[in-house]
Amino acid sequence: MPTIHRRFLAESHYLSLYAQLVGYGFRKHATYWGAAAAGAFTNTVFGVLRAYVLIALWRARPGLGGYDVTDAVTFCFLTQAYIGPMQVFGGGLEITQRIRTGDIALDLVRPAPLIFWSLSEDLGRAGYLFLARSLPPTVVGALLFGITFPSDAAVWPAFAVSFALGVVISFGWRYIVALAICWLRDDRGIAVMSLVLTTFFSGLMLPLTIFPGRLGTLARALPWSAMVQVPADVFLGKAGIPGALGFQALWAAVLLALGALLTRAARRKVVVDGG
Amino acid sequence: MRVYLLLIWTWTRAAARYPASFTLMTIGGCVAAGLDVAVIWIIFHNTTTLGGFDLPEVMFLYGSAGLSFSVADLLFGNADRISQHIKAGTFDGMLIRPVGTFVQVAADRFTPHRAGRALQAAVVLAVALARLDVPATRAWMIPVMVVSGIVISTSIWALGGAAQFLLTDAPEVANAFTYGGATLTQYPLSVYGADLVRGVTYVLPLAFVNWQPGLFVLDRDDPLGLPYWLRFLSPAAAAALALVAVYAWRSGVRRYRSTGS
Amino acid sequence: MIDADRIGRSFRVRGRAVHAVRDLSFHVGAGEFVGCLGPNGAGKSTTIKMLTGILAPTSGRVTVAGLDPSRRRTAVAREIGVVFGQRTTLWWDLPLRDSFQLVRLLYKVDRVRFRERLDEMTDRLGLGDFLGTPVRQLSLGQRMRGDITAALLHDPSVLVLDEPTIGLDIVSKSEVRAFLRELNTERGTTVLLTTHDLGDIERLCRRVMLIDHGRLAFDGTVEELRATVPGEASIEDVVAHLYLRSPAPRTPPPRPGEDPPIATA
Repeated sequence: MPTIHRRFLAESHYLSLYAQLVGYGFRKHATYWGAAAAGAFTNTVFGVLRAYVLIALWRARPGLGGYDVTDAVTFCFLTQAYIGPMQVFGGGLEITQRIRTGDIALDLVRPAPLIFWSLSEDLGRAGYLFLARSLPPTVVGALLFGITFPSDAAVWPAFAVSFALGVVISFGWRYIVALAICWLRDDRGIAVMSLVLTTFFSGLMLPLTIFPGRLGTLARALPWSAMVQVPADVFLGKAGIPGALGFQALWAAVLLALGALLTRAARRKVVVDGG
Repeated sequence: MRVYLLLIWTWTRAAARYPASFTLMTIGGCVAAGLDVAVIWIIFHNTTTLGGFDLPEVMFLYGSAGLSFSVADLLFGNADRISQHIKAGTFDGMLIRPVGTFVQVAADRFTPHRAGRALQAAVVLAVALARLDVPATRAWMIPVMVVSGIVISTSIWALGGAAQFLLTDAPEVANAFTYGGATLTQYPLSVYGADLVRGVTYVLPLAFVNWQPGLFVLDRDDPLGLPYWLRFLSPAAAAALALVAVYAWRSGVRRYRSTGS
Repeated sequence: MIDADRIGRSFRVRGRAVHAVRDLSFHVGAGEFVGCLGPNGAGKSTTIKMLTGILAPTSGRVTVAGLDPSRRRTAVAREIGVVFGQRTTLWWDLPLRDSFQLVRLLYKVDRVRFRERLDEMTDRLGLGDFLGTPVRQLSLGQRMRGDITAALLHDPSVLVLDEPTIGLDIVSKSEVRAFLRELNTERGTTVLLTTHDLGDIERLCRRVMLIDHGRLAFDGTVEELRATVPGEASIEDVVAHLYLRSPAPRTPPPRPGEDPPIATA
């Protein structure tokens, strides 16, 4: 049998395992409901502050970046809603701690690939945080400022897919950052750099559509825009759906492939060379 | 205070032993702070005024608030790790030492990388002042407002920390006030709703970090028409909030020692 | 040195009051070496926390070197050294030397005294080779010796140790014991330790207190402890016997002047 077929059969054998891991990730985070509520509160407060600044800007320049004021406010609260599920500020993965303690060696010799194992747990985490941390800021934003909802029913499923792809891309990036610790003595520096890149280039601080010139073009091509800006544009109906989803799928594939390569290198380093 | 300075010096020397990470963190801190400026730059790339204030005026408000906040964050920002200390049991270890808990928490694992942010804010403030041409009759307020702002920001960190004695599992709530306060004061308060501005004037006195004294320095009318004398109240507001913060922190420690949780 | 006068400590657990310690009275004189035994959850650690100022008692009064730890926490901290066997009070990422430096600053020990004391301690405990090692890379035995050093740098008159020998191998254990014995006999430091290891009690302590269900169930010398159960061969058997026969949580506390129920057995 060709290798690819054997691999596929082996992988599909693990599907029920992955499904269980998704459930496990969901339940594990559900026990920290206090932390999730605090996060939702903080995301909402920042949403309100950002909304005022964006309103002031759009009052001065109506129609800026192809958004009207309501679009800008909607963008603001949607992006605040992504912070939890997409873990925009970094972290959220158990492997960071496992690498630090050396337990990662145990994970790397398991038959199920570490990257899918972690991804499944992370999807469960994102699922719970979507309920706990995404809905509250959106509802408060709608009540305080009024936000726009898609008029075309076809947008909703496209948005769901785009949101899920955003979570996968965010996972791919955080996984790479986490594995980098295998080669670094101290992880705080890279965590700060990741935070800076993600918050600025994802569209969390300002919509990427108003970034000027080449900076804007660059920002819109990078993977971080696929995490925040693109799903928001799909929701607002500002992006062609096939193009947006294709762009996200491409980055998801690239980051996961990079992650798989790094996992192999990490296995060689940790298991074969003994750390 | 002497103990505190000696402690942070020891931690600084310890941090310098990992130069790669230390450099990345310092650069990261500068870049993170630089991004706030980039955001303002992008905003003013698209408009000439924000909330009725032009670029140098906004830079002045941003720089003065940023300087106050980042100095407080550098020196005392670690106070928001208190819930981690409680959960890990290291807070017990602090209670057996003959030094105040706030000093110990603030100094614990101190790293100077946040100094980059303070430096960046100071540069922005200097650039703004060079373009504003403030006469000495109003410029005297600038050091007063920066020092008051440091005291107010530090008090908010301490209050955020004190709240974590109650909300040990939900420390993120404090961020809404600490980092939220920093974000709020970056822009002219005239962009926010009137109720929000009254709240940060009369309840949580964030308006006294840079807004009210800043209006005096810039010689501007209050867009919300609040009383003129509020502009001189920053030191009083800072002192009052500091007292509240000291009381809250002590209550938090007392509560910890009387509930054992 | 340590006086506990009918101290009690209750916690609220899901709305119900749980008494971790009740009506506990004892006196430890200067220069004594006292071991504190008791099953898991008996209230030993809670008692240690009340002596060190981490917890305030809900009733009664405790003084250490004449000071009330719940009111004068920092003054008591200067008089007392504390070691937790289960977790370190050192800083995980720092080399031992830096941890000691931080302790020096916290206790305001002057540089010369600190040098002398550190040299003496590293010499006695054989820490010289590990001073540059981050605490997280130390073995448990090395870490414990580091913790003991840190607790003694300010030369306290009382040393309180919560399970200092837990998890240590035989060699580390006997080194720690030898050190504590010397500390007590040569410097006259008062030592109070809790333990599950009866070897600690037999080799170190002239006096044993047995805490069970938050009460003092026995207080006397090791010989007296052994004599409570005539015919039992080893001290393990004696203590196991006492644990099993100790009073149920709801029986009233013994009145002063009355023999505790177990000692009459």
